[in-house]
Amino acid sequence: MSEEFKVEIVNPEKSFLVKDDVSEVVVPAFEGEMGILKDHISIISILKPGIIKILSKSGDENYYVEDGIVEFKNNNLSILTSTIFNLADMDKSKQQDLLKEAEEEANKTDINDQSKYLADQKVEVLKTLN
Amino acid sequence: MASLDDLKKRIASVKSTQKITKAMKMVAAAKLRRAQESAEKGRPYSEKMNNVILNLSNGISDKENAPKLLSGTGQEKSHLCVVMTSDRGLCGGFNSNIIKRAKSYFAKILDEGKELKIITVGSKGNDQLKRVYGDKIIENISFKESKNANYFDADKVGKMVIEKFEAGEFDVCTIFYNQFKNVITQIPQAQQIIPLNNEGEENSSEESYEFEPDEDEILSNLLPKNISTQIFKAMLENSASEQGSRMSAMDNATRNAGEMVDKLTIEYNRSRQAAITKELIEIISGAESL
Repeated sequence: MSEEFKVEIVNPEKSFLVKDDVSEVVVPAFEGEMGILKDHISIISILKPGIIKILSKSGDENYYVEDGIVEFKNNNLSILTSTIFNLADMDKSKQQDLLKEAEEEANKTDINDQSKYLADQKVEVLKTLN
Repeated sequence: MASLDDLKKRIASVKSTQKITKAMKMVAAAKLRRAQESAEKGRPYSEKMNNVILNLSNGISDKENAPKLLSGTGQEKSHLCVVMTSDRGLCGGFNSNIIKRAKSYFAKILDEGKELKIITVGSKGNDQLKRVYGDKIIENISFKESKNANYFDADKVGKMVIEKFEAGEFDVCTIFYNQFKNVITQIPQAQQIIPLNNEGEENSSEESYEFEPDEDEILSNLLPKNISTQIFKAMLENSASEQGSRMSAMDNATRNAGEMVDKLTIEYNRSRQAAITKELIEIISGAESL
């Protein structure tokens, strides 16, 4: 029996990635990292800034996301996100830009606790990448 | 009757106009292909988003305390209308169709004695609306600088709408845009985005989901995003419609210019012939009298 399922990542502009031979996906869910294997129960969750790891036969891939929703149903994983970058294509200068942006946001005083928390998360994740 | 010289000039001017409209048609055709492509690519996102929200709102236990973006404020006193038009003209009835649709809606709302607020996206809509509804327009946004519709711009509009909603400035929000059907048909649409109108779309699959965190929290995170997504979808549809509409308008203009050139050329030839005949008659009658 195959242990693979389908994953689809879409952003508003296009369907970002479709893969059929995925064995495991780790997503940065709102309450902590969540690993999804085949035949996981149907679930909907929101994402916080972090790294999506996709493990498959054809090689592992890592993506940086800032927000989004995951939906898993009938061995179909859909990830909706507005900001996503493939770590393999991301160079240092891009990382620095994002980090700077996130730091600026985190240092704003007029934002509420939740956006502050999210901005801090962003900074943290981006720092670990460097 | 116009002199030969005048006719010549007119033919030349119509011909150069024809060249311009022809070029515009070609450009619109190329842009249309791109816009159509991105409209199609954008569809999965908004569809999936809709699906998830549908699933969530079915699963929500406490309908009374559902987020306001979903269930509304409980009244319908104040309406916000987001009218999305283009920034450029020369696209046939594209803008007027949206404005016509919006105006009939405005009239209905004002007849019912409700409050009306307008946000215009795109300068053409603003130009047409400010004469009659100038005092109702609270915001005018234009994305002249961005070449293609992008999510970032849509998000800006979305955030603004949500901000105003949370400040209690309106109860119902409707967006107006042209839905792209094909190159010659665009359908002006009025879509209500706040409160979310599910139109009795019952999800048949009674699949139960696990939610993490709970439904309410996901919903309150998701609904603002959905607003931006819907606006983005409208922007994509609009830009495809704009190019389609411009293409057929310019096609018509090119054809009309062609017809005009033909008519003017016939007239030109006829008067040239008349002048020659007149000269001949003069010469012959002059020779005869000798």
